Amino acid sequence: MAKIVAGIGSSHVPSFGPAYDGRKFEDPDWKPLFDGYVPVREWLRDTVRPDVAVVVYNDHGSDFSLDRVPTFAIGVRDIYEQADEGFGTRPLPPVKGDADLSWHIAKAVIYDEFDLTVCQEMKVDHGMMAPLPLLFSHDPDWAVRVVPIVVNVIQHPLPTARRCFRLGQAIGRAVASYPEDLKVVVVGTGGMSHQLHGERFGHLSETFDRRWLDLIARDPEELCRMTHEEIMAAAGAESVELIMWLVMRGALAGGAVERKHLNYYAPMTTGMGLISLAAA
Amino acid sequence: MDEKKDGPQAGLSDWGIPGTYIFDHTRSRVGFELNKLAYSLTDPQNREAFKKDEEAYMARYGLTEAQKDAIRRRDWLALTKHHGGNIYYIYKLGAATGSGLYHMGAQMRGETYEQFLETRGAKGAR
Ligand SMILES: [Fe+2]
Repeated sequence: MAKIVAGIGSSHVPSFGPAYDGRKFEDPDWKPLFDGYVPVREWLRDTVRPDVAVVVYNDHGSDFSLDRVPTFAIGVRDIYEQADEGFGTRPLPPVKGDADLSWHIAKAVIYDEFDLTVCQEMKVDHGMMAPLPLLFSHDPDWAVRVVPIVVNVIQHPLPTARRCFRLGQAIGRAVASYPEDLKVVVVGTGGMSHQLHGERFGHLSETFDRRWLDLIARDPEELCRMTHEEIMAAAGAESVELIMWLVMRGALAGGAVERKHLNYYAPMTTGMGLISLAAA
Repeated sequence: MDEKKDGPQAGLSDWGIPGTYIFDHTRSRVGFELNKLAYSLTDPQNREAFKKDEEAYMARYGLTEAQKDAIRRRDWLALTKHHGGNIYYIYKLGAATGSGLYHMGAQMRGETYEQFLETRGAKGAR
């Protein structure tokens, strides 16, 4: 049977892209970010050894438009190309999917009353591509297959924090009912504190981010009780995408978790957080 | 003044967070054509067409005069505050007109780019 073995919470800041592609690993302003990912990448590669990553992210007006906005969607293909976000794409191979597992999750979760939009053609943007190469090797090809889960965190009304957590629980049940022996890691992306518009552009809150990093492991119920307004007022309007970490946490909720890694750095306009949780 | 044509749209929500314009139905309705134009710039051919003749390109979309004018002025604050622009879409307009996110942000804060960078902890990480 398939099993969820670990969860990762990670920011997906677009500037990770050019910094990574430009190999700024030793640049003093970037080193605190990249150094945080090294032990997590090694732990995933050497200890966790996942076959599949369920990656929870949002599209930023790159492939989905405002014509139709699914609250929750799932990709069900064997390959996902990168979206062009307005300045071309990055030198990375296309993301490998797992259509069989994706369709299984779609079916199980929909019968579990989470009505996902099922996508047979979908391009992925920095929501997925910013953290993916920091977590998994891609040379010559990606070390994991990916099941993309897309959440609307752009156009309000957004799903509630608790709804995200419950979706994660349903994904956890869906994975556990898959007959193939697969090790699955769930990655919740986004945040942390940031605001990218209005006179409040650049708002950060390390206090909020540290609290989130603590509670996501220890007491996700407290995060589930947070309203969008509370999160946006404390940590910036665009920080509300942190609710996607609760999908990851919900998927691990069946058992105890152990926090393995934690990194935090806020050099510019976004709190860059990273946490890893092992399923006990 | 005909607000719909000339000024900021009426009826935009206020969520009570200063300097913050939450992208809800009030803005998404008003900004639908504006964000659609910005979204179209994910296609390199459209980017070329836009750069070649902005006015002709804007005419393809049902923008208000005020929205067109805010694009002409590269007024990122007005686009997100008054005209229903969502930052993730408007960002593509910035890219096509040579303004990166931090330049856009500095302007929205009412600062120069250099002044804005001085407020950051490690400004090389950009
Ligand atoms: Fe995001």
